Amino acid sequence: MTIRIAMTVNGTEYARDVEPRLLLIHFIRDELGLTGSHWGCDTSNCGSCVVWLDAKPVKSCTLLAAMADGHAVRTVEGLEQDGQLDPVQQGFVECHGLQCGFCTPGMMMTARWLLDHHPDPDEAQIREAISGQICRCTGYENIVRSIRWAAEHPAGASAEHPGEAP
Amino acid sequence: MQVPAHVEYERATSVEHALSLLSRPETRVVAGGHSLIPMMKLRLAQPELLVDINGLAELAFIAKDGGQLRIGALARHADLLESAVAGTHFPIFHDAERVVADPIVRLWGTVGGSLCQADPSEDLSAAFAAARATAVIRGKDGERTIPVRHFHLGPYETVIGRGELLAEIRVPVKPGTGSAYEKVSRRVGDWSIAAAGAVLTLNGGKIQEAGIGLTAVGAEHFVAAEAEDYLRGREVGEDTFNEAAKIAAEHCHPAADQRGPEDFKRHLVAELTARALRRAAARVTRESTA
Repeated sequence: MTIRIAMTVNGTEYARDVEPRLLLIHFIRDELGLTGSHWGCDTSNCGSCVVWLDAKPVKSCTLLAAMADGHAVRTVEGLEQDGQLDPVQQGFVECHGLQCGFCTPGMMMTARWLLDHHPDPDEAQIREAISGQICRCTGYENIVRSIRWAAEHPAGASAEHPGEAP
Repeated sequence: MQVPAHVEYERATSVEHALSLLSRPETRVVAGGHSLIPMMKLRLAQPELLVDINGLAELAFIAKDGGQLRIGALARHADLLESAVAGTHFPIFHDAERVVADPIVRLWGTVGGSLCQADPSEDLSAAFAAARATAVIRGKDGERTIPVRHFHLGPYETVIGRGELLAEIRVPVKPGTGSAYEKVSRRVGDWSIAAAGAVLTLNGGKIQEAGIGLTAVGAEHFVAAEAEDYLRGREVGEDTFNEAAKIAAEHCHPAADQRGPEDFKRHLVAELTARALRRAAARVTRESTA
């Protein structure tokens, strides 16, 4: 049995017939082909699947797509605006915030949310914000630096000095 | 790949609508879903129908109403953590919420969902039990209330029957009260190895009422009733707190598991109970001198 659901993803309206048991992460990846959001631990521990539901980051492996019916979803593909990387994305470039990149989309969605609410977070606040997300490569140091870089360069790299690290 | 089994899905448009949907057997409420959906993936839960109550804004509130703090079942963990009125009267809830899962899960998981999940390792059950909170349950014939101390029938089991919904939690606010929650876990965001919450109401240096909640250590109704009895009427003091902590550790029933052996957990109960009592008492003093 399927149900009809519709939601806005990164500003585009999508409607699909889905099984109610379909998880939001699989809807985004398999139905919409937006594979930037990663499907990791499947147990809501790792945070690779974090996307925004309306204005809040959520672990999309632990939500049904049906629960997002009528809502707005934002994925990592929605961070870039008019060809300009979000400062968070630029920060990960500047500070080498990723190695394998698997956790990166979720990290960046959480970082964007953090900076929207706390534009000038200290290291402890950054570490707390990403404490529900697991990175197996970086030891988190460069992720924290990347998010700090974004905080210090709210306009992104264009008006600043590319390559400058805090 | 973990995927839930086939399930039907309905979105409740009002509490009444939810109640009528919930009258069907094998139906579960989904709000945050952060416990239920993982259980469905593992077939530990296999409901035939999910009733999504996320649209019921009337259940998402936190407010002080006369002598009570009222918390709607759909209030998110993050809402409780950020609630100034909750933090002023019951710092224990802020202490506990700070260590519930992680910040992303807290944005979506609900207070009512935590209570209804009835996981023996869940933090809020002990915190609400310590605060002698009351659960307000709605059914088609109206509303009934039950002390949180009698809300849980056992692991993953509550008094909520078919066709019923937890609507809110009410916590009595009393002057001269301080509270705290102390938890030890293996790593950030993990379940407790053990945790203790304390709510003390003082009157002229004497303990008028004491509530002690214990998490993950097999305490009946999540409380240390014998330690509470010991404290009532006694003078506030280090020796008193240590004795109560010892009693709490003696009377709980921790199970040895991957989080540690039984004696270690009893040691934690004693230490965390003493710390929680100390902090709760200090918070009363700070409040009354402020």
